Amino acid sequence: MTLRPSDRVAEVPPSGIRRFFELAEEMDDVISLGVGEPDFSAPWGAREAAITSLERGQTSYTANRGMRELREEIARDAHRWNLEYDPDDEILVTAGASEALDIAFRALVNPGDSVAVAQPCYVSYKPGVTFAGGEVIDVPTRVEDEFKLTPEVLYEAGADEAELLVYCFPNNPTGATMNREELAEIAQFCRANDVAVLSDEIYADLTYEGDHVSIAEFDGMRERTIVFNGFSKAYAMTGLRLGYAMGPSEVIAAMNRIHQYTMLSAPTTAQYAAIEALRNCREDVEEMCAQYNRRRNFVLSRFEEMGIDCFEATGAFYVFPECPGDDAEQFAEDLLEAEQVAMVPGTAFGAGADGHLRASYATGLEELKEAMDRLERFIS
Amino acid sequence: MPRNVLVRSSVVFRMDQPDELLELLCENARYSTGDLARLTGRTEAEVEATIDELEAEGVIQGYTAIVDWDEIDDQRVQAHVELNVTLDRETSYRDVAERLAGFPEVQGLRLVSGDYDFALEVEGDNMREVSRFISDKVAPLPEITQTVTHYIMETYKQSGHRFDDGGDDDRLSVTP
Repeated sequence: MTLRPSDRVAEVPPSGIRRFFELAEEMDDVISLGVGEPDFSAPWGAREAAITSLERGQTSYTANRGMRELREEIARDAHRWNLEYDPDDEILVTAGASEALDIAFRALVNPGDSVAVAQPCYVSYKPGVTFAGGEVIDVPTRVEDEFKLTPEVLYEAGADEAELLVYCFPNNPTGATMNREELAEIAQFCRANDVAVLSDEIYADLTYEGDHVSIAEFDGMRERTIVFNGFSKAYAMTGLRLGYAMGPSEVIAAMNRIHQYTMLSAPTTAQYAAIEALRNCREDVEEMCAQYNRRRNFVLSRFEEMGIDCFEATGAFYVFPECPGDDAEQFAEDLLEAEQVAMVPGTAFGAGADGHLRASYATGLEELKEAMDRLERFIS
Repeated sequence: MPRNVLVRSSVVFRMDQPDELLELLCENARYSTGDLARLTGRTEAEVEATIDELEAEGVIQGYTAIVDWDEIDDQRVQAHVELNVTLDRETSYRDVAERLAGFPEVQGLRLVSGDYDFALEVEGDNMREVSRFISDKVAPLPEITQTVTHYIMETYKQSGHRFDDGGDDDRLSVTP
């Protein structure tokens, strides 16, 4: 036979962000507010631990589930969110949280199963469900709810029929967060309708108002939740590709079965860096977080001064303003052409995102200032 | 050119959360009052009032530029000088410090722990000028027992600012 993509792959359209990415890459002098990763480097302590591990020749595979020492540190760190997981069999270290999500879909979804995907969201959830043979139920959140997930939008979308619900808070692309009371309602919805949860908490540390809360800490939720986290965002370690999943032992075992046949083990060098990051780099995280928060204040203030509507995003490093033009995709392209400022049209992130733009403030303050000045010039 | 703010650290301040403002001013003393207000979520008037108070209380001692003189081919020379002194009943460290601080060549002066007493930062138009200053003006002071001069050969980082370009942003310009 000739080589051709499977129907399953053909069914998934290329990433909506791709066209915009190609446009931006072709231009010089672009100030990009379109970057979904920190502008900081990983804390020096973590980098130094990675270098030392290489000098010592620690370049072999690790245990499939990840180094025991690392899983212990992850378990200890999870106490900050009132979560208790056994490093022996309830934690799986993966090549980024993305791998963890992919294998969770494949481990849990049977052909035809419904997976409710809260949107706008990170671009890989829906394809992940499709690749696993599941059916996506789009759950658009609403700007009037500040893009929080509510039982109303879940029922409206028919998510009560779903086997699984996947969401991310603090959210990419909106910057929305969920507080304890709001999550309690989602927990109630999941228990009442027997829906399991994949909770992507990769931005947990980047919460600027109040403390991050995980749905797994609510009564009756631990057994029906997998928590995803990693080192890419809070520790600025995107390129080191390291994440993890925490959940009940049976489901972690199922995920590990796929992981051991595909990835074998997460990158060893990154695991050494992550152990050091969890042990000794909290101050670096807090400093980065403080800087993000100032930039968030700055960008929100500038939007307000320009008369651009934007709800007060309280997490991650994104704000999600309403597009000053009629068509967000066209506006983003025109802004890029005219002023060389890149903001990603919300439509790249699924349902509920129409008419919005994602602006990342993971960029230096001088660039942010310049980008805001250029945006102001463009819309006036 | 980044600018630096000079802060006296020994003063205990009672103003409403000035730490963050000081941190930002130390990062770049040229941030406008408007930007400081946007960054900290305060009003411009509050920012203005806090800075006025910090200046009045002597917490902020001044503002200065961090300059890489090599970039404009300036030949000036800087030296780090270790000084040992001997004191008597009439002469204190402060007395010696006051005499030394009066010289315009002395850019920095600190009393330190360890093998020597004072750490001086001295600046001159050339090496001969700095050497003459140490031998003619500093060493002869009666309290000075020893001087050790280290000429600065290269500056990589000063007041928290690195003198290289800090590396290019090698991230992709748009990522999900």
